[in-house]
Amino acid sequence: MKALARLYVALIIFFLYAPVLVMIFFSFNESSSVWVFTGFSFDWYTGLATDVTMLNALKHTLIVAVLSAVISTVLGTAAAVGITALRNKFSKKIIMSVTQIPMMNADIVTGISLMLLFIFIGKLLGLRESLGFLTVLTAHITFNLPYVILSVLPKLRQTDASLREAALDLGCTPLQAFFKVIMPAISTGIITGFIMAFTLSLDDFVISYFTCGHYQTLPIIIYNMTKKSVTPDTYALSTIIFACVFALLIMYNMLQTKSESKKAAKAQP
Amino acid sequence: MKNENIVELKGISVAFGGEKVLDDFNLEIKDKEFVTLLGPSGCGKTTTLRLIAGFLEPDGGDVIFEGRRINDLPGYKRHVNTIFQRYALFPHLNVYENVAFGLRIKKLPEKEIKAKVTEMLALVNLSGLEKRNIDTLSGGQQQRVAIARAIANHPRVLLLDEPLAALDLKLRKDMQKELKKMQEQLGITFIFVTHDQEEALTMSDRVVVMNNGKIQQVGTPQDIYNEPLNAFVADFIGESNIVDGKMLRDFYVEFSGQRFDCLDKGFEPDEPVDVVVRPEDVDIVAPDKGMLTGVVTSVAFLGVHYEIIVDIGGFKWMIQTTDEHFEGDRVGLYIEPDAIHIMKKSEYSGLYGDYSSYSEEIDHLSDADYGEEDGGE
Ligand SMILES: Nc1ncnc2c1ncn2[C@@H]1O[C@H](COP(=O)(O)OP(=O)(O)OP(=O)(O)O)[C@@H](O)[C@H]1O
Ligand SMILES: [Mg+2]
Repeated sequence: MKALARLYVALIIFFLYAPVLVMIFFSFNESSSVWVFTGFSFDWYTGLATDVTMLNALKHTLIVAVLSAVISTVLGTAAAVGITALRNKFSKKIIMSVTQIPMMNADIVTGISLMLLFIFIGKLLGLRESLGFLTVLTAHITFNLPYVILSVLPKLRQTDASLREAALDLGCTPLQAFFKVIMPAISTGIITGFIMAFTLSLDDFVISYFTCGHYQTLPIIIYNMTKKSVTPDTYALSTIIFACVFALLIMYNMLQTKSESKKAAKAQP
Repeated sequence: MKNENIVELKGISVAFGGEKVLDDFNLEIKDKEFVTLLGPSGCGKTTTLRLIAGFLEPDGGDVIFEGRRINDLPGYKRHVNTIFQRYALFPHLNVYENVAFGLRIKKLPEKEIKAKVTEMLALVNLSGLEKRNIDTLSGGQQQRVAIARAIANHPRVLLLDEPLAALDLKLRKDMQKELKKMQEQLGITFIFVTHDQEEALTMSDRVVVMNNGKIQQVGTPQDIYNEPLNAFVADFIGESNIVDGKMLRDFYVEFSGQRFDCLDKGFEPDEPVDVVVRPEDVDIVAPDKGMLTGVVTSVAFLGVHYEIIVDIGGFKWMIQTTDEHFEGDRVGLYIEPDAIHIMKKSEYSGLYGDYSSYSEEIDHLSDADYGEEDGGE
């Protein structure tokens, strides 16, 4: 029975990770063959470094990821503070549901509806081209926001309300009280929110596809490349992206366990 | 002479969601005074402090500080500091930085801050713990950090919300003395909240007894103990036998079927009143010498004295005595005129001061104990 359970888990992990491992393996292949490993090389990686389209797309991806993560972290934290301060339980519930619905929504629906909205506004303003950097950035902020809110809210709820009053009592203005006392208390929530937002933005394809116009990000370039022929430079690129996301996720988990063990330590005495 | 009140609350009312928490609340507090708000849980003590600290605006009435109305002055501009019910120390800062917090906000020079923090930590006996993290401190030490952090800012008024509630008895007694000494040394007005009546009586210049958002009585500890205004105060402060009586004329009262000389006057002839007799003011004598006679129904030994319950015509009296008596003994009670205190009838009449439930409670408890033992076998 136990052996069977182990086998089951092993199979699941195999099916989850085998494709990625195969891809990583072939990204180091000398030839462009997808089935014969002719020799080890970094050629596809060095080739990437000289590919202008690719580097451009990488730049776009990073700019959008960093900006959207920063902006959604600031906006989301402010929103979480606002929601916590709400006295009325009913409006609190409504606002919470409204912010959570976009998370459940299919990406394709979010993408298409955002595209429609952007084109509509573009036409209103009389722009020749309505989709581009600003629209893809706005779209990313939109889908990042609920994740940030949801990672900051519980931290706020855990902080003792009298901490803020203690800061005010000692002469802080409400703004100072936030930065000197509340922020440090919820910092892990803010950082995890930021990492979440950055990761989501980094590997988003569907929503970017509909809203980016000519400002193409990496996932879109990769998709376009595969339409012609699949070459190992795609594997190399995907491997890099996988490594980045993997690293971010590990960081995220480490932060979570750290704040949890801190909580446990506090509950002890 | 100038108005020497530092804080005045005038006709304050506060409601949360339609429920009145403070109602027509009037209180004047003098400079350098030690005033205690005393009352059961939920009676509005913390709410009163929050009004003075500026975390809450009253729905009606005025908060006045040194003669100036400050209803809408935000808390951070008031010369008032608070020691919170659960200390509210900043967990991300060490002891030194917690105490220095208010001084840094005021942008004092680093040298001055250092001197001040060192002085404050010495004052609360925490020298040497500057670098310690807050969560490595014991409850008593956290308490001291909270005190140092508050008084480092030289407040005119210090608000203390049940600061000693979390400490064990011994530490609590020590801190009571230390706080009182500190208050006299520093010349700061203390507004102290507690629901421990003994603490209130030993520490305060004046005690404010509250219930259900209303002030029941304000006075010195002696006033509150010796001259309670109604049955609630008499019962909440110390132990009291409270019986129905009738004021026959000045200095003459009837209760428990007998007539007694007393020291109170100013009531209508034959006015119904509440009569308070403290358990320690009753002398137990032989039945034929007593003004009242009854049967002992329970005896408890408390170390300093015995606490015995005597049934007199169906009403159970509590009496504290150093002599031993036994259940079933017939005894007489002798009550001096100055042991009798007369109160006007109030909404609390008949609710307190009868110890029949007291002895039943004890019976109940021991019954429950036996029951458990039986069940275990
Ligand atoms: N922010 C609030 N919202 C709603 N009700 C409140 C709020 N603050 C206090 N109350 C209510 O007001 C009443 C008085 O509260 P308060 O905290 O002043 O009591 P307290 O005398 O300090 O009690 P304790 O001894 O338990 O600390 C309570 O019934 C409480 O539930
Ligand atoms: Mg309270």
